[in-house]
Parts: sequence; C-alpha cells; structure tokens
Amino acid sequence: MDSHACIRASAYVYEGALGDNIDTDRIIPGKYTKTLDISLLASHVMEDLDPEFRYRFIPGSILVAGDNFGCGSSREQAPIALKAAGVSVIIARYFARIFFRNAINIGLPVLEVPHHAIAHGAILEVHLREGTVTDISAGVVYKATRMPKVMVDILAEGGLVPYLQKYGDYVL
Amino acid sequence: MGQTISEKILSAHAGYPVYQGEIAVVHVDGIMATDTTAPYAITAFREIVGKSGRKVWNPSRCALVIDHAAPAPTEKISNLHVMMREFAREQGCPLYDVGSGICHQIMVEEAFVRPGDVFVGADSHTCTYGGLGAFATGVGSTDLAAVMLTGKIWLKVPQTIRIEYTGTLPKGVTAKDLVLFTVGQLSISGATYQAIEYCGSALETLSLSSRMTIANMSAEMGAKTGIVHPTGLTLEFGLRYDWTPVLPDEDAEYVRRYSFDVSALQPQVAVPHSPDNVKDIREVEGTKITYAFIGSCVNARLEDLQQAAHILRGRHIHPNVRLLITPASKNVMLAAVQDGTMQTLLEAGATMTNAACGACVGAHLGIPGDGEVVISTANRNFKGRMGNPNAQIYLSSAAVVAASALTGAITHPAEFL
Ligand code: SF4
Repeated sequence: MDSHACIRASAYVYEGALGDNIDTDRIIPGKYTKTLDISLLASHVMEDLDPEFRYRFIPGSILVAGDNFGCGSSREQAPIALKAAGVSVIIARYFARIFFRNAINIGLPVLEVPHHAIAHGAILEVHLREGTVTDISAGVVYKATRMPKVMVDILAEGGLVPYLQKYGDYVL
Repeated sequence: MGQTISEKILSAHAGYPVYQGEIAVVHVDGIMATDTTAPYAITAFREIVGKSGRKVWNPSRCALVIDHAAPAPTEKISNLHVMMREFAREQGCPLYDVGSGICHQIMVEEAFVRPGDVFVGADSHTCTYGGLGAFATGVGSTDLAAVMLTGKIWLKVPQTIRIEYTGTLPKGVTAKDLVLFTVGQLSISGATYQAIEYCGSALETLSLSSRMTIANMSAEMGAKTGIVHPTGLTLEFGLRYDWTPVLPDEDAEYVRRYSFDVSALQPQVAVPHSPDNVKDIREVEGTKITYAFIGSCVNARLEDLQQAAHILRGRHIHPNVRLLITPASKNVMLAAVQDGTMQTLLEAGATMTNAACGACVGAHLGIPGDGEVVISTANRNFKGRMGNPNAQIYLSSAAVVAASALTGAITHPAEFL
C-alpha cells in the first residue's frame, strides 16, 4: 500500500443500530476462524449480520460504520476476512483497539472519522497520508483522527511484516 | 508526577518514566498464542524472518496453547495443531497441548506471568492477568509475531479509569456479578484504549480466582488492560514465588473515577446479544433455559465449580436441561476430583468435557440448537458466539447457572443456598 495513494471508491454503509459495535464474532464467527485459507474467511465475512454482504459488496469499495467497529476478540481473521472480501478502506467513528492495530498490521487502511454523515453509495476519495476523506457526492471533506507516526509508517510499508523486513525492529 | 499502576509497570519495562498518551517501546516478560491466533502468528513470523535464520527472542518465554478447538474437531484444525507443535519443537517454545486447559489459566498456573510483569497475548482476554497485578494486554497475530522476534512491543501508554468498590458482597453474589454490573455501567466501549484499575475494600479479601474473573471482563469494556490493586492478593494454584506489589501513587492521574457500594448488589445477568446488556436477576427470573454452561476463562476455576456443586449437591438438574461443564485447566479438574466436587456435579446430572475453551467460542463441544436459550458463565454473548446465531445467550455467575439448571429457568441462587 502506498500511503501517498488516494483511494476513490463507493461507500458501503452500516448505520444506526446496525453500524455500532460490530463485533468480531459478527465479522467472522469463531467457528470459521481456524483456517489459513483466506478465501474461506472471505466467504463467511459478516454472514450473521448481513447475509447478503458477500454478494452485494463490490470489491474495492469502502466500508463505513459507526462506533466501536471490531470490538470483541483479538482474531486477526476479522480484518483479514474483510480485506480478502475486497474492502479497500474502513471508515468508522472509532474502532476497537485490537482491531485497529490488526488492520494496520495487515496493511488494511482504517480511518477514524468521529463525525460523518456518509450515505450508502456515496463516492469517496480517501487520502491516507493527509488523513482526509472527501465525500464527492455530498461535497464535504472530513478530517480523520491523527494516527501515531509508527502506525502511519507501518501502513506505508503495507503492514507490519514488510515493515519489520525492512527495519528489523520498531523505529519510533 | 504520580503514576498509575500501568504507568509504573510500563516505565519499568521501557527503562525511563512514561506517562499516559506517550508512545513507548517496552520489553515484555512473556507472550502467548493459541490455536486461533498462533497459525497466523507463525506464518507472519516466518515471513518476517525469511531466510535470515533469526529465532524467537526467548523461546522459554513464548508459550503456545492448544485450547480453542481441542481436541481437534476436523482434520483441517488438526493440521493447524500439527503446525504449532512443529514450530514449538523447532524454536524450543513450551507447548501446552490438548487437555491442558485454557491459555489464561495455564499462564497463571505455570507462573508464566507474575505480578508487575508486562505480558502480551494473542487473545483478547489476556487482560485476565490483571487479577495478578500484571500489565497484560491482547494483540493480534502479526503483532505477536513481531514480539516473538523482538521481545518488545510498541504501545500507547493508556489513560486509566479508577473503579472503587466498597461494602461487602452479599451471600450468593460473586465477583462475576460485580464485573457484569460494571460492564453494564461502563458499556462495551466504556474503556476503549484505556486501562482500568479496580480497587477498594470489597476486593481486598477476594481470591486470585475472583480477581482474575474481574480483570477478565475488562475486555468487554474495550480496555487495553484491567488491573486489580494487589492489596490483599494471595497466590493460589500451588504457586510459590516472591513478588512485590505495584500500587499507584497517591497523586496518580485518572481520566475518570467511579465508586460503587456492592453491599446490596443482586446477581447480574447479561441478556442477548451483548455483554453490556446487563440486568438485575429479578428482571429476568423465570426465563426458560434448556442449556446451562459452566466454562471459559472468566469462570471455570475450582471456586466456580465448588459454587455450583454447593447448589447442586443432593439434587438433580431439570429434565429439559443439559448442564455442560468445561473446567479451566487439567489442574482445576484434578482438584475438583480430589475434593469431591466432580462427583457431586456428575451425580447432579452434569456432563464434563476436557479442559479447554469448549463451547465458549462455538467451535465444538456443545453448540446450541436454533431457538435454544443458554445460561452461561462465559464472558461474551454476541450473536453467533457459541456457534449458532439463532441461539440466545445469557451470561451469569456459576451459582446462577447451577440454580437455573435445577429449575429449567433463570433462577436466583439464594433459593438453594
Ligand atoms: S474461554 Fe472463551 S473467552 Fe476465554 S480464551 Fe477461550 S474462547 Fe476466549
């Protein structure tokens, strides 16, 4: 992932009760997590919450949710499943702690935008390095919460594996 | 400037004083991964290392535990277990195989983690060791792979919420009720990115097992870690080592403070589908159940089994109910055999499984059917948590589960005490 990149795609939005506290059991149920086959993870992603997700979600789109996205377990299979299903970026009002780290570590961009009114289907332009989200459909620019530099660097390398391959250790 | 427990422990492991909000790289004392997280961690570790020949930084401090789907219910999962065994042998890491028990119980029982340590586990309930006064936090697989290699982790020093409990817990009301009540008050996101310190006179006489129960559910409030003040802490599980309590400074800075008097607390029940949907038992009494589960890292230690046995002694569970008991570890199981608890439970109609995560995570060992209502001692009741999105899961103490297994409906344990 080139962190200078700008990602332009449409928004797949969960709002209201459906959009808050989406837990890792809903993202990928525990019974499916014991596999290294990521296409299998992708085929069950979100199925208890949104059985239509894997048919309706257009790969490359941006997933948009409310508060506390990814709460619950530490399973990295949750962001991996979303990434494998073609999610290019996740925007939430805020994320659960472990999910946030995991997503960055596997090179899936996640942005916290505390206040937004992004509508389903809106065309968004995400600038990772600047941390901005432009809602082209609504003509609004949102500023994401600033990430620690180490996270920006990890994301810039495409995840923690390539980061450590390059640096061998954490560089603060 | 005064420091919280987290700031003190992290300072000692960073090598210089650190305070909330700062990003720091700290040395860790131990790490752990399970059969859900280790396969991805091993894969990431191998990718990072490549052909460089680098090894796990300190194999004796890196434990692997096969507990989430143990024994393996499918050949695919069995192959993942094989992968873990091979990695452990190759690197010289201790591996706790099928039947040993739940990772968190084992880490404490085996003195893998001690008071004042920094411990990183690839499981969200790693915070359980806060019951021992350690700074313990859950991470994902790739983060763990990085710690395997470096023996260090970067983190943001958290702000701390201080929760004080006064009074004395009434009879039949347990540490689980206290923490369920707390989750209900703070909500599932109430401590996101923050640490919790649990303190106060009501906690000072609690066993290590009960302290672990409380610290465990810090995860259900989104906390990075949850530490019970080690005041009054006595080691359990046959543990014997010297330790020094780490307590906060008088002038430590807290982001929020709560104070609860627990003297009138009633048993608490979390209703579907979120652990913070917490109600007083009086509001849900009489809800029919068909499946009762005593297990998981929050409540399957000897004291929980004893609590259940106390209620079930000389009685038999309701004909419409199956009671499944999955002890937290082999040692817990042995202790329950030795003191007669096991016999009491079996005679009352319970089914005993091997020590593991079991039904808690819905991989096998007791998946509920459609429309079934479960009363469980576990820590999560998210939709689909036990393997079936069409089941309803209620969370409570072992005492409430045992009483409910007797009547076939959610029941206040006082009736049987
Ligand atoms: S018992 Fe349940 S909550 Fe605890 S580690 Fe196992 S799966 Fe997770």
